[in-house]
Amino acid sequence: MKLVTVCGPPSSGKTAVILKALEAFADRGLKAGVVKFDCLSTEDDVLYEKAGIPVKKGLSGPLCPDHYFVSNVEEIVQWGRSQGFDLLVSESAGLCNRCSPHIKEVLAVCVVDNLSGVTTPKKIGPMLKMADIVVITKGDIVSQAEREVFASRVAAVNPKAAVLHVNGLTGQGAFELSSLFDDEEREVESLIGYQLRFTMPSALCSYCLGETRIGESYQMGNVRKMKID
Amino acid sequence: MINEIKNQTVGALLESYPFAAVYFDGHHVDTKGRESSTVVDVFSDFVTAAGEDAVTTADELLEGLSEHVQQMLLFLADDLDTVQSLGLLPGTHKDGTPENFTNITINSGETICIVGPTGSGKSRLLADIEWIAQGDTPTGRTILLNDQIPDRKWRFSPTHKLVAQLSQNMNFVMDLTVQEFLEMHAESRLADNVRDVVVRIIDQANALAGESFAPTTPITSLSGGQSRALMIADTAILSRSPIVLIDEIENAGIDRQKALQLLLSEEKIVLMATHDPVLALMGGRRLIIANGGIEAVIETTENERVILKELAVMDRRMTDLRNRLRRGERLE
Repeated sequence: MKLVTVCGPPSSGKTAVILKALEAFADRGLKAGVVKFDCLSTEDDVLYEKAGIPVKKGLSGPLCPDHYFVSNVEEIVQWGRSQGFDLLVSESAGLCNRCSPHIKEVLAVCVVDNLSGVTTPKKIGPMLKMADIVVITKGDIVSQAEREVFASRVAAVNPKAAVLHVNGLTGQGAFELSSLFDDEEREVESLIGYQLRFTMPSALCSYCLGETRIGESYQMGNVRKMKID
Repeated sequence: MINEIKNQTVGALLESYPFAAVYFDGHHVDTKGRESSTVVDVFSDFVTAAGEDAVTTADELLEGLSEHVQQMLLFLADDLDTVQSLGLLPGTHKDGTPENFTNITINSGETICIVGPTGSGKSRLLADIEWIAQGDTPTGRTILLNDQIPDRKWRFSPTHKLVAQLSQNMNFVMDLTVQEFLEMHAESRLADNVRDVVVRIIDQANALAGESFAPTTPITSLSGGQSRALMIADTAILSRSPIVLIDEIENAGIDRQKALQLLLSEEKIVLMATHDPVLALMGGRRLIIANGGIEAVIETTENERVILKELAVMDRRMTDLRNRLRRGERLE
């Protein structure tokens, strides 16, 4: 089974892009499934079900969504294999822009949108900088100049990535994205022993364990203070 | 390339490749005061200083920088300007029947119109061109550049976009003045005479728009016609894409004939999806799209050109009346 991790800021169009790409994937007679990782709630699983795509939903609740992702991804891979998928797509939101779910030796996609502003590529960390494919969405509503500036900023922070423009509404570019999924040669039987491309956030302070009170005397564990002159 | 740039000083590197500054900035590497240090030292120090916050290793930064420099050099090498013609070889309609043409060649400085109802396959045609289809898309079409099978790099490279698009729904979203906006675009295109280019675009846009605007006008407060005019002038002059796709040009507040002439004078290949007779008849040929494929290619006839002349007169009269209304004049 092929595996691809898709991530990107909230509302950048990840689900729409995946739906359109998997539609083109299914037209080739191939079977794909999706796992959607989110924090508190998501209704995207309904959208996948409607499109006839098998989906699993994982909500991290009070836990760090990225830690939750990495703790469950192997089980999800085994689910995908048991379903006989040709391709499994893992979709997760990059909520704080710091982390990325990308795994070494596994195809990594980052979705960003033209409306998020030209400084965004610089602000997004490893999920953009370490992706193999960057998908830029919402190009149908901004000017040609803004699209060009945005794409050049993406290329400046991740010169190695293939950059694709996909319209999540009309599906323009989605067929092309699906052909890149199809070109992927690496098959994954199990992720045991694989490594993340970038470390997860380090934590374990009193707030991780449910503390709500503010003040130094309540802060224990891995705590970092701002430098204020 | 890595070895070549690794031991150069940052100052020397930026002197030979000024565009590399964007890479340092994008990765938050401050080069101020470090001009005489080598690139590898600056990256190592940066990674050490970042400690556990470091996103990349010094080697990865070097590799990325080298990739960035190579891409930009390719971009500057200018093979975009060498696209003289776009060729289409037939594929099939949605139902699998072959398309009704043998081959279509469109040369730079030429306009071709695309007509057909919504959902007939206009978007797919454009996507085939953008993707340089080689029989590997749902239509099975083949796209040629300069009568040859083009390099695959056109597919993914952000700096080698083949097609620029202009459509009705497009808006400016940045919070910048016209001047700042154009400067930013010119810099990203590595234009060497930013100042002149910006002046030229503003002049051309004002020649197209019914109402003129100043360089200090915020782009988000331009009227619909002014925005459209600025987008067209900017695409004609600054965009490196040799092919321009236009999805209707609204007729309010802009001189459409001049707009098209501007694009053609910049040697663009113009594909125009439109059902407006004035625009449709301006093209030498029309592609009729139906059922997912190209149903026919028809040439604009002499009689149609006569109709175009009549329409152009009416069009100018409408524009003139609109401008007089705007100025608060009576129309009688």
